[in-house]
Amino acid sequence: MEILTELFTDYTLRTVALGAALLGISAGALGCFALLRRQSLLGDAISHAALPGIALAFLLTGSKSSLVLILGAGAVGWFGSVLIAALTRRTPITYDTALGILLSVFFGVGLVMLTFIQRMPDANQAGLDSFLFGQAAALMQRDIYVILAIGSVILLLTVAFWKEFKLISFDPDMAETLGLPVRALEHLLTGLFVAAIVIGLQTVGVVLMSALIVAPAAAARQWTNRLGVMVLLAAVFGAVSGVSGAVSSSMAPNLPTGPVIVVVVSMIVAASLLFAPNRGFVFRKIREWKSGRALRVDAVLVDLYTLASQHASSDYPHSEQVLNVMSSMSGTAKRTLHLLKTLELAQPIDDQRWSLTPAGEERARKFIEEHYGGGV
Amino acid sequence: MSASIEIQIIAVLVAVACALPGVFLVLRQLAMMSDAISHAILPGIVIAFLLTEDLSSPLLILGAAAAGVATVALVELLRKTGLLKEDAAIGIVFPAFFSIGVILIARFASDVHLDVDAVLLGELAFAPFDRVVLASIDVPKATLVMASILMLNVVFVGLFFKELKLATFDSALAATLGFTPVLLHYVLMGLVSTTAVGAFDAVGSILVVALMVAPPAAAYVLTQRLASMLWMSAALGAISAVGGYWMARWLDASIAGSMASTAGLVFLLVLAFAPERGLVSRVRQQNRQRQVFARDMLLIHLYHHEGLPEAEQECRVEHLQDHLRWERDIAMMAVRTAKRAGYVQDHAGLMKLSDSGREQARHALVHI
Repeated sequence: MEILTELFTDYTLRTVALGAALLGISAGALGCFALLRRQSLLGDAISHAALPGIALAFLLTGSKSSLVLILGAGAVGWFGSVLIAALTRRTPITYDTALGILLSVFFGVGLVMLTFIQRMPDANQAGLDSFLFGQAAALMQRDIYVILAIGSVILLLTVAFWKEFKLISFDPDMAETLGLPVRALEHLLTGLFVAAIVIGLQTVGVVLMSALIVAPAAAARQWTNRLGVMVLLAAVFGAVSGVSGAVSSSMAPNLPTGPVIVVVVSMIVAASLLFAPNRGFVFRKIREWKSGRALRVDAVLVDLYTLASQHASSDYPHSEQVLNVMSSMSGTAKRTLHLLKTLELAQPIDDQRWSLTPAGEERARKFIEEHYGGGV
Repeated sequence: MSASIEIQIIAVLVAVACALPGVFLVLRQLAMMSDAISHAILPGIVIAFLLTEDLSSPLLILGAAAAGVATVALVELLRKTGLLKEDAAIGIVFPAFFSIGVILIARFASDVHLDVDAVLLGELAFAPFDRVVLASIDVPKATLVMASILMLNVVFVGLFFKELKLATFDSALAATLGFTPVLLHYVLMGLVSTTAVGAFDAVGSILVVALMVAPPAAAYVLTQRLASMLWMSAALGAISAVGGYWMARWLDASIAGSMASTAGLVFLLVLAFAPERGLVSRVRQQNRQRQVFARDMLLIHLYHHEGLPEAEQECRVEHLQDHLRWERDIAMMAVRTAKRAGYVQDHAGLMKLSDSGREQARHALVHI
């Protein structure tokens, strides 16, 4: 509770939380397209590749304003994404290898530049290090304005080109046939993707920003099959993890922001994988177990009915062993028979033999009519 | 031995040790696994350290290898549920592992020499200060560790070369023949983790990615044979390591960063100038093909009209642009190429086939 009141009263905390929420929203939304286009690891490569952009922007301008650094990161990150596309398309190099090379080499170049900056006489370089793991506590009001401005542009463009982005994500061939400028739209989407990454670098850090892109989208995917709902959910998940990570790390000393955000968002993913209706692991297991049970019940019921139909009365009892032999899952008849008893579809005559109840006979007859058209 | 030589020896050992498993990662399209593993081993190291309270304990390597294999297994598990694609699974699992490691360090181990920047970036320059004495020879500890890991990699690749080759190029056949490619996969990933943790200390996790991916990718452009690819990767890795060291000396910059940059530069040079699959040579091949094709079209055209009344008009250079719908440049290029080969003689703008040109036209008619 105390945290909540402080969230609304404490200036720094409010600034940090607002910034982290905006980041989470734009990263979550754009991440959905990346996830669907099988580009989950592109974010990792781009965020690492942006490091030399940050260093270069600082070296060239001497400014540490977040707008300048973000522009530098964005330019180099976008150049990196173009290089990856070119390497994959025009050389024997495969996509994963192109990502690996770009990520590590650009990051290496960035490191060289950072050591350069550290040796500069003008000791104004403090703070660039925070780009590695993120430092939400260092966010200023004007940083938030930058995030807010770029984030709004990202979201506006996403909404404006919603239909087109949806089409090139699911069926690029059809988009081509309809005469859409697919290549240009892909560049635009990648550009927005890069923008969503670079505005988060200062808060989350280059190393972990990719997780804030992939994880909310992956969690949202489990809850819905509709893109619109998925994007909204991902934005919410991104915002929640962004805020809780940023707030808890600015409250506790020694707790870097990026890793906390990632741990929170990973827990959301785990919960979604387990408990989402329809796709979630737990519900799927329950469904499998239920349908398995229904199959077994009907199978034994039909067996009993078939046996009984060869005798004068339809409740003619038969022994468990016979049913075991008939059942393809041999040995399970006993358990199923007891289940039939609780469902009042069959009853034991003595300790070996079972017969159908009228309700059981009715159900078996219906089942056979439905599935076999009257005769077994 | 001077510190400079010692650092270069360590760098070369790291580069070669990384290149060997890296070849298989690149061939199996698992390059990003090196990134995932080199980050995900962090909590393994930290937990092992918190248990032993000893940074030089071999348990740290075991912990790292276990965390690496756990990452691979978790990614595989997630992929198998069908809820996530493999790339998304990788992109979620390794940041989570890495974050747990970073938080553990920040909470419980921030006062010891296990700091996050060092893990990520490494500092090779300090490696010679940490020494051990082995059989009365005084060597840096990193040399010893990396030499052992390199030995392990060489022995593994040497012993299981055939199995690795089969499992890499045709894992279905390998499974049918009873070679258990899945087991081999996990052993390979364990090896990647072990190599990463050894290299980690010296050069940091990002350079591990650079050395595991860039030299094998360059070798992949150079050759299509597995054995050559292995030794070429090792050689290119070693070149990047030594080149990177001297670049760092020259610029007075981070050694790990310079080595990654050099590895990228070496890759770029190979990609541009490789003899067969390089970019320059591919452009030249395409140009050559275009020339030969245009030349043969010209020869066929001339052959077709040879000795006929319209030849006077058809076999003129300026007419080619009309008849074959060629741009002027292409027409001139075809004529030039044909003349140079001695297939065509120019009689004041009127072209005539030589004997060899006639022969080539007939040949082209059959083969195009």
